[in-house]
Amino acid sequence: MADRDERNHSNDSQREPDAKAEAGEKTAKGFSRRQFIKGSGLAVGAGVLANEGLLKAAGIESTPVVSGPGAVPVQLKINGRLHSLRLEPRVTLLDALRNHLDLTGAKKVCDRATCGACTVIMDGRPVYACTVLAIEAQGHAIETIEGIAPAHKLHPVSQSFVDNDAQQCGFCTSGFVMAVKSYLDHHPNPTYDEAKASLNGNLCRCGTYMGIRKAVLEAATKEKGGRL
Amino acid sequence: MRDFEYGNPSSLKQAIALLGANFDQAQVLAGGTDLISLMKDYIVTPRRVVNIKGIADLRGVHESAAGLRIGSATVLEDLFERPAPLHPFPSLRTAIAGVSSAQMRSMGTVGGDLLQRPRCWYFRNGFGLLARDSQGRSLVPNGDNRYHAIFDNAGPAYFVSPSSLAPPLITLGATARVTGPKGSREIPVAELFRTPRDASEREHTLGPKDILTEILIPARSRTLRNATYEVRERHVMDWPLVTASVALRMEGKRVRQATVVLGQVAPTPWRSQAAERALAGKELDEAAAAHAGDAAAQGAHPLSRNGYKVQLVRVAVKRALLQAIA
Repeated sequence: MADRDERNHSNDSQREPDAKAEAGEKTAKGFSRRQFIKGSGLAVGAGVLANEGLLKAAGIESTPVVSGPGAVPVQLKINGRLHSLRLEPRVTLLDALRNHLDLTGAKKVCDRATCGACTVIMDGRPVYACTVLAIEAQGHAIETIEGIAPAHKLHPVSQSFVDNDAQQCGFCTSGFVMAVKSYLDHHPNPTYDEAKASLNGNLCRCGTYMGIRKAVLEAATKEKGGRL
Repeated sequence: MRDFEYGNPSSLKQAIALLGANFDQAQVLAGGTDLISLMKDYIVTPRRVVNIKGIADLRGVHESAAGLRIGSATVLEDLFERPAPLHPFPSLRTAIAGVSSAQMRSMGTVGGDLLQRPRCWYFRNGFGLLARDSQGRSLVPNGDNRYHAIFDNAGPAYFVSPSSLAPPLITLGATARVTGPKGSREIPVAELFRTPRDASEREHTLGPKDILTEILIPARSRTLRNATYEVRERHVMDWPLVTASVALRMEGKRVRQATVVLGQVAPTPWRSQAAERALAGKELDEAAAAHAGDAAAQGAHPLSRNGYKVQLVRVAVKRALLQAIA
């Protein structure tokens, strides 16, 4: 029942411009400053489910064996919230985030699983959102840069990037932060060489690696409540 | 990318039923790190994409009396972060670590590494696997062939096999289970690969309705001394220039039997029987390792811009051998 309601809501918001804006604003309250500033969202078929128990009912089990090539219902759990969209199977997770949910923290740079600017965390592991189909991300927990900081505070990794001058243009930064967060979640005590290796999947054309490496080590210390 | 139907089977049988009579009709999607990019560039344009990650049987690592079974859809990060079952196979561990980013390892699968398409830049830019111009002539011999083959390159294929895992798996005597509409068969990993002789052939022997389901490293291989040495231009975000994997059955200090397989030098993983013969019965020291490296380089036919790879073969084989007995 909840499942059907979500999809209907999504369908409506695709058709009705007013409904779109409404859905967009609803999402903005939750997490998107950019969307608030813009006043109205893009095509956000965003249903925010408060009840975690509904996830299962709305999850991947209900997906038919073959779907598409036209738009089909896709439900994504992003930063703890369930979003109902209608997407073609060819839409990547990155495009779903940026173009349909207005979550623009993950950046589109190479779009070929190389540069790391689109890194998000899926089921606790870093992935290139540009190379995951949105439809295959259903049923998985996705964390983006928008979801890792409590209100009005930076995540310790982001704060360490600021404190260590670990960015110049900043375009790659959110991808680096997500890769580093994921790494430190699994490896809280990295050596310098390990910290360096944790950055292997991300490129910074400004060349701020020295600062980024320092930021990784400092974030590791801070997260354990320690001081450098 | 072109639009497509998305198949999301939960069983192998269902998955095979969703595949088509040719690769234009349907492609298997696992980690997607290769396929999605190929689709974005319209190098492959399947009508249907069949995601096999929802098939539980295809994931995981199991020890049995027969050996170590690795499901084809097992992501590399599972093997990298929990390397205990791979303890006897440093050769394989090195190759997995060579896929150097957590993102690639978290997405990429064992089967995907083996079956990734060649990285040849002519292929990736739409000139086909045989890199031909409009008159049917290969662009490679007179083109930029710095990363192309130095063995088995008389044409029409000049690309190199890009798999990192194939050389170690072949030296370890691993087999691949392939399942199709008529049932499943077990073949040596080396037989997944072939050098295409014309445009109708691909670099893999799998048919359009076949799925690679499992790799088995036989129990007897646990006692082989083994190592992989990769020579790289960049330490991360790139494939090796040359890889050498070796596995040795030792008798004291002497080599009773050696298997030497090179990667990134031929359209298939390239077994060097000359190097194997050079090692058989010999006491393995630095001179013998260097001699085997020289033997491995025999018969190489570099193209106009990849002569450097011949020396890399010598060095990679020598270093892999010395690592295996260290």
